[in-house]
Amino acid sequence: MDYLRQFWVVSVKDLRAEFRTKEAINASLAFALVILVLFSFAFDAADLEEAAMNEISGGLLWIAFAFAGTLVLNRSFVRELPNDCLDGLIAAPISRSALFLGKAFANFALVLAVEMISLPVFGIFYHVRWASQFPELLLVLVLGTWGVTVIGTITSALTVNIKLREVMLPMLTYPILVPALMSAMQLTTRLMAGEAIGADTGMWLKMLIGFDVIYTSVSLILIEVVLIG
Amino acid sequence: MPAAKMLFLYAPAGFAAMLGFVVAVAASVLFLRTKALRFDTLAASATEVGLVLLTANIVAGVVWSRAAHAVWWTWDPAIASALVCALVYASYLMLRRAVEEPSQRAASCAVWSIFCFLDAPIVVVAVYRWRSQHPHPALWADLPAGWPAPLAWSTAGMFALAALLLAVRLRQGTARREQDLQRRMGHTI
Repeated sequence: MDYLRQFWVVSVKDLRAEFRTKEAINASLAFALVILVLFSFAFDAADLEEAAMNEISGGLLWIAFAFAGTLVLNRSFVRELPNDCLDGLIAAPISRSALFLGKAFANFALVLAVEMISLPVFGIFYHVRWASQFPELLLVLVLGTWGVTVIGTITSALTVNIKLREVMLPMLTYPILVPALMSAMQLTTRLMAGEAIGADTGMWLKMLIGFDVIYTSVSLILIEVVLIG
Repeated sequence: MPAAKMLFLYAPAGFAAMLGFVVAVAASVLFLRTKALRFDTLAASATEVGLVLLTANIVAGVVWSRAAHAVWWTWDPAIASALVCALVYASYLMLRRAVEEPSQRAASCAVWSIFCFLDAPIVVVAVYRWRSQHPHPALWADLPAGWPAPLAWSTAGMFALAALLLAVRLRQGTARREQDLQRRMGHTI
């Protein structure tokens, strides 16, 4: 089997397992919606000026996405624990980096799906025109979500044998994700305010791409150590 | 302004913390290459010392901020990025406590140490960039005449303190590892 096929088989397997049980995606979606509703009480969305709402929109969205994403990522490797599936996967004649990429891609698709459902809901609740620059916004969502899922998938692998893994995953991922989330928040806020990607926003975009490239390559190099020790 | 002399405390502490994190990542890479647990102990000790010094740096910076601007926290980019780095490295120590089996702990923590180390420069660039949207007081003004020499001395002193702390933690870590080994051997017998 060549590398791409291995990657695809792992992704499809993960997605199929998820769609049969729907345990992570339902929880994640429900959680994202609850957070969005809770925020409206924190900021009183009805009274907030449009400019002020635009100012905080990127931050609100990405906090909701990062929290909801954790629920998906937590399940990624834990799902393989019953029946020793993880040992089977590690022993399978496939490249470990393909295994990692496959799992990361499946998580990415799930988290992005949750985001795509939350985004219109957010727009309705907070009267934000999010669709005015949709292609650019989609690019930011893809890059930001990939950053979250790469870090989340490798931490999911790191913590899979730990007793306190549900606690450990967010403790590990959020601090390291600060630069990625910061870039994604800045970009989302600007794009929703109708600003085009210029010199200043372009720098945040570069930082987000840089974060993704650095952590994807390092994860691919180190996944062997994480899985086998 | 006397508060400006806090520089002699927070700058050397920050430098020594950075050095500690460089030692930690070097030891982590060496561990992954050699699988010798002494490098894991070195990485853990260097991170602990680095984190203590980084905390000293942040606390001194906050005291400076209070004296210079009458508020404790101004989101000065230097202090804010130091805080994010401290949170990142705190996650390393939490991961250490959570994993029980020594060789698995060493491998996981070595990987995480590399991740933390790569994050630090991105955090610094991002936080500086973020704060540059608003005017902020400069922590790194030009040094007055006669300041570089004492700054160099206090940096040397802080490095010596870091080395001492590192030696103590390394000794304790090595002793604990041996104790652990003997306990395991005792169990097998």
